[in-house]
Amino acid sequence: MPLIDLANPSRFLALVGKMLPWLVAATLVALAAGLWQALFVAPDDYQQGATVKIMFVHVPSAWLAMAIWALMSIAALGTLAWRHPLADVAAKAAAPLGAGFTFLCLLTGSLWGRPMWGTYWVWDARLTSVLVMFLMYLGLIALWRTVEDPSRAGRAAAILTLVGAINLPIIKFSVDWWNTLHQPASVVRVGGPAIHPSILVPLLTMALALTLLFATLHLAAMRNEILRRRVRTMQMLAAQGASA
Amino acid sequence: MISLKALLIRDVRIAVRIGGGALMGVLFFLSIVTLTPFALGPDLKLLARIGPAILWIGALLASLLALDRLFAADHEDGSLDLILMGRAPLELVVAAKALAHWLTTGLPLVIASPILGLILNLDANAIAAVAATLLVGTPALTYMGTIGAALAVTLRRGGLLLPVLVLPLTIPVLIFGVAAANAAAGGTVSFAAPFTILCALTLMSIVVGPFAAAAALRAGME
Amino acid sequence: MALGPHAIFIVVAYAAAVLVVGALVAWVMLDHRTQRRRLAELEKRGQARRAGERGAGERGTEK
Repeated sequence: MPLIDLANPSRFLALVGKMLPWLVAATLVALAAGLWQALFVAPDDYQQGATVKIMFVHVPSAWLAMAIWALMSIAALGTLAWRHPLADVAAKAAAPLGAGFTFLCLLTGSLWGRPMWGTYWVWDARLTSVLVMFLMYLGLIALWRTVEDPSRAGRAAAILTLVGAINLPIIKFSVDWWNTLHQPASVVRVGGPAIHPSILVPLLTMALALTLLFATLHLAAMRNEILRRRVRTMQMLAAQGASA
Repeated sequence: MISLKALLIRDVRIAVRIGGGALMGVLFFLSIVTLTPFALGPDLKLLARIGPAILWIGALLASLLALDRLFAADHEDGSLDLILMGRAPLELVVAAKALAHWLTTGLPLVIASPILGLILNLDANAIAAVAATLLVGTPALTYMGTIGAALAVTLRRGGLLLPVLVLPLTIPVLIFGVAAANAAAGGTVSFAAPFTILCALTLMSIVVGPFAAAAALRAGME
Repeated sequence: MALGPHAIFIVVAYAAAVLVVGALVAWVMLDHRTQRRRLAELEKRGQARRAGERGAGERGTEK
């Protein structure tokens, strides 16, 4: 289906209504398979022991945290360059989900760090970059919540998203540099060059499951956002009718 | 070009006259640096060690808080609409306004930093390094901050929104600024590497800031 | 499923994941219900108003 057809919100709503049950089913199947693999099939890591199981949630959340910012950046281009009516709906619906997965990434990372590093938090380059990204997600949500008019808020948020997309690699580079400068205690590097297939398969299954989960939630949140805007328009019309 | 020069001179004049608030940034900077030893204790060795970091944090907060007024005053009296309708490219207008803002709030911070360095027990080397890094780094803060200032003024929200949006973007500047200052004060890495990266960050933000801020102003004012 | 000496951290991590995902799902579902309800209310009120206007118009023509 060409993208232009989706510009009609009613057609998009109909499509979402048709797709959501299938997506929910696919998510549940993938999640069940992923959790079974992660909890019962995957062997313990020789270094990390059973705590490697935390990685099956942590790593996909980190991927999603980055992928959702990339998705919002594409939507931001859609808002600013093509004025696609669904672009800022997509961006707005993605922001809280992105913040949620980033938070999950930080939380599981910290819970993995306590047994592995002996502390809940180290100012490790990766953790610190994700923390900064979490701050930027929260700033973006704050921006969305500041303005009532959705199209004005959408353009402002789109600019901030793109500036963030330019800056995130620079922040990552700076934090890496800062980290080597201060020589932290040596940490167990997760993954490394080669991941054994017995770990990789559950990891990829969980990644697929969480991505499907995000897709489901995102479509549902987009539908909510379209409905919210309809309610807003109808309220404004009703208020005009009452005053006229 | 003439209109840009006129705008620059006008903005500097407005900032230095009574009620312009050019010296507020420096006062805030002074207050932050004075408060820190009360939190840390008057240990001169400790202050000398973390002095560059205190000065940088103070300068960062001072220059960000002053940004609130960059477009707000022009928005209130309607001159922002005139600027938007004018023939001069908006990106250059934003760059000129940011330059005026830096001259009246950023530059005073750089000039004040050696004196504050003295009361933090920094040696001559470190004082020179902090002043040099601030001279190169504060324009990056101002130009990055124009994005936040433009968003805040188009959304008609002042206050804490601007620092919340801009502070994460300033992390690289802070990292390399403090690293260069510490390197000159007797660190293990060379001064040149972080200092040149700091220069690169400043140049980049001089390009990115006005474009993004102009886009925000156009999008918000239509 | 033997979780080794750090079982508590693994259990807490998975519980936290369930909580975060559950919160996101609950947010989406509750939001959906709220918007549907408000939309239905507005539509009902709009129909009532339109009906009322028509009634007023008919009275106007009767005079």
